[in-house]
Amino acid sequence: METPCCCFHRLRAVDVIELTTSAIRPDELRARLFDPAAGAYCGFEGWIRNHNEGQSVLRLEYEAYEPLALTEGEKILEEAKSQFPHLRAHCVHRTGLLEIGECAVWVGVSAPHRDEAFQACRYIIDQLKVRLPIWKKEHYVDGHSGWVNCERCAKSA
Amino acid sequence: MKTVTVRYFAMFREHAGIDEETLSLDAETTADVFHATQDRHGSSEPSGHCKVAINDVMADWDSVVTDGDTVLLFPPVAGG
Repeated sequence: METPCCCFHRLRAVDVIELTTSAIRPDELRARLFDPAAGAYCGFEGWIRNHNEGQSVLRLEYEAYEPLALTEGEKILEEAKSQFPHLRAHCVHRTGLLEIGECAVWVGVSAPHRDEAFQACRYIIDQLKVRLPIWKKEHYVDGHSGWVNCERCAKSA
Repeated sequence: MKTVTVRYFAMFREHAGIDEETLSLDAETTADVFHATQDRHGSSEPSGHCKVAINDVMADWDSVVTDGDTVLLFPPVAGG
């Protein structure tokens, strides 16, 4: 295990959003947010669950329009940073086919105090969900599939 | 008439059966383009739940479309 003090000297990309087809590793990502001035870290992991609106879900498929998902995601991180001074923030979203229990999205922030960390993390995940051009298709145990929020958008609006 | 390239994503792509197409349309706004594609492909998703972009920049449903633009039609998003 790396200790935080090692990571201060070799920080990798932070304050960005990434899309990936590989497994998200929250521990490695969290290390990018270490900051000697930060007293708080807050992370959110969105997991693939085995049910949605009464249906048994087998797996999920995510599609993203990468150019705009990245620019819109960067705007959201900038908005969070302008609201919460000294914030560091990072986000990774999966694309492709995901199985039950996998991490679909990770948001991590560090800030001087816990209140800003909680609020900033919440702001980022809430905005990501409604603004990024990302879609998910649920594949159900009974063999059929459906785009989330589309076929049922009247109900979920 | 304007020549507009329309790109479809997720459910819209599946409804249309194609990723994109170039259309000659008498369209003023992105909403006009959206309704024309709905008539063409039989989709009935309300635009209020959807998003639109012009040439890779997020736009509104009253944004004006010019000749040669690429209009991207996004069905309701569901990240996270």
